[in-house]
Amino acid sequence: MNRYLGIGKNLGLALLFGPLLAAGAWAQNNTLDEIARYRAQLQDGNPAELWEARGEDLWKQKRGPKQVSLEQCDLGKGRGVVKGAYAELPRYFADADRVMDLETRLLHCMMTVQGFSKADATRRVFGSGSNRSDFEALAAWITSESRGVVMKVSLNHPKVQRAYELGEKAFYFRGGPHDFSCSTCHAEDNKRIRLQDLPNLTQKKGAQLGYTTWPAYRVSQGELRTFQWRLYDCFRQQRFPELEFASELSIALTTFLAYNANGAAFNAPAIKR
Amino acid sequence: MKPVYWALPAVVSVLVAAGCATGPRQMEAVTAEDLNIIKASFRAQGQAGLDRLDQDDAQKHCSNPPTVTIAKELAARIEKANFAAIKYPADGNLMGDWRAGERIAQTGVGMQFSDNPKTPSGGNCYACHQVSKEEISFGTIGPSLYNYGKLRGGASPEMQRYTYGRIYNPQAFTACSNMPRFGHNGILTEQQIRDVTALLLDPNSPVNQ
Repeated sequence: MNRYLGIGKNLGLALLFGPLLAAGAWAQNNTLDEIARYRAQLQDGNPAELWEARGEDLWKQKRGPKQVSLEQCDLGKGRGVVKGAYAELPRYFADADRVMDLETRLLHCMMTVQGFSKADATRRVFGSGSNRSDFEALAAWITSESRGVVMKVSLNHPKVQRAYELGEKAFYFRGGPHDFSCSTCHAEDNKRIRLQDLPNLTQKKGAQLGYTTWPAYRVSQGELRTFQWRLYDCFRQQRFPELEFASELSIALTTFLAYNANGAAFNAPAIKR
Repeated sequence: MKPVYWALPAVVSVLVAAGCATGPRQMEAVTAEDLNIIKASFRAQGQAGLDRLDQDDAQKHCSNPPTVTIAKELAARIEKANFAAIKYPADGNLMGDWRAGERIAQTGVGMQFSDNPKTPSGGNCYACHQVSKEEISFGTIGPSLYNYGKLRGGASPEMQRYTYGRIYNPQAFTACSNMPRFGHNGILTEQQIRDVTALLLDPNSPVNQ
């Protein structure tokens, strides 16, 4: 279904409300109301908690060739400090001389602290059914420890500033057979694809709404998805080649969007259709 | 430069009101170094090679916020080059089957690295446009096309030529349009563009009811 519809992925919802589909604006308003009600009902119970619990275990377990737990990992606020860490990412890490988002930092720690090879650590960056991803579980737990914390990404370091500027340019970069860029769908207010509302990520309000609600449990996939996945799948639908996990561009775009979300309370893992 | 981009419209409107009009901010050009980083961040997958990141003239000059209007001469250059590249069917027949056109308008598959390259692409018109009245699951990135033909006096030869050309290559008419260049970039076949043209113009199409 998702693959079939390409960028019109929201039709799943329309089908869910199939009995309501009748001609005319009345039916459409009614359907939009029903979708809003469905979204509100989803908030009651979020299976992301299962990923969070597994992530906390993974964080504390002694793992890898070195048999060390990730509690030795510094997410930016000191070794082992998780509370509020995500609200300040991406940031510059002197030990790697690089700007890193959460997943890139986790990969770095799996390699340097736990001794995993890159190939082993990145074998499954996005989960599928019983083939679970450690990154998704860890990200679920770590981000949950920033819930309610106000987003505060700093551009003070020149490398973070540079990442922001590259991310901004890349946001408007058109390419591929469809001429799409991120901005094709996310640079104007009150636009939709099919019935799916699109946040305007170039405005503070839209960036805050969009960024602070990832990671999210996707009902349509039965998976918890991280921000790396969000970018990866947007580019897939843009008809670009495959975005590399933890690539410099993925970090740059995350920096652009996370900084634009500054000032809002982080509110994830969320649940989305 | 501290990014204060979302404050710009307010600043600009103040400047405009003060009689000192400056346009919204144009992106600085992607440098060779930027492009190296961008290219190193992707890998070829399925049918999507890294050559998809090589921008043509239109892509290069249209990589801006939608509030930016590019220079008139540049827009004219892009439109002229894209217009000159439109290939109309050799037999002159521009109207296909509106029923096939409706299926193309509904389908979003095609050219993603996850898609089977042997499956014909859809046009995914409903993702962005209202098309028929019956389909209420439509997007709003593009204008409504409901009654497209009816409002334009029907399927005259001129309207057929314009409509076919506009689907084939929207940037032949509007530089930096958000709409994909369906013929120019080989997304839809000649017959598929005929079918979508018929969906928009055929008096029996649900679009014109």
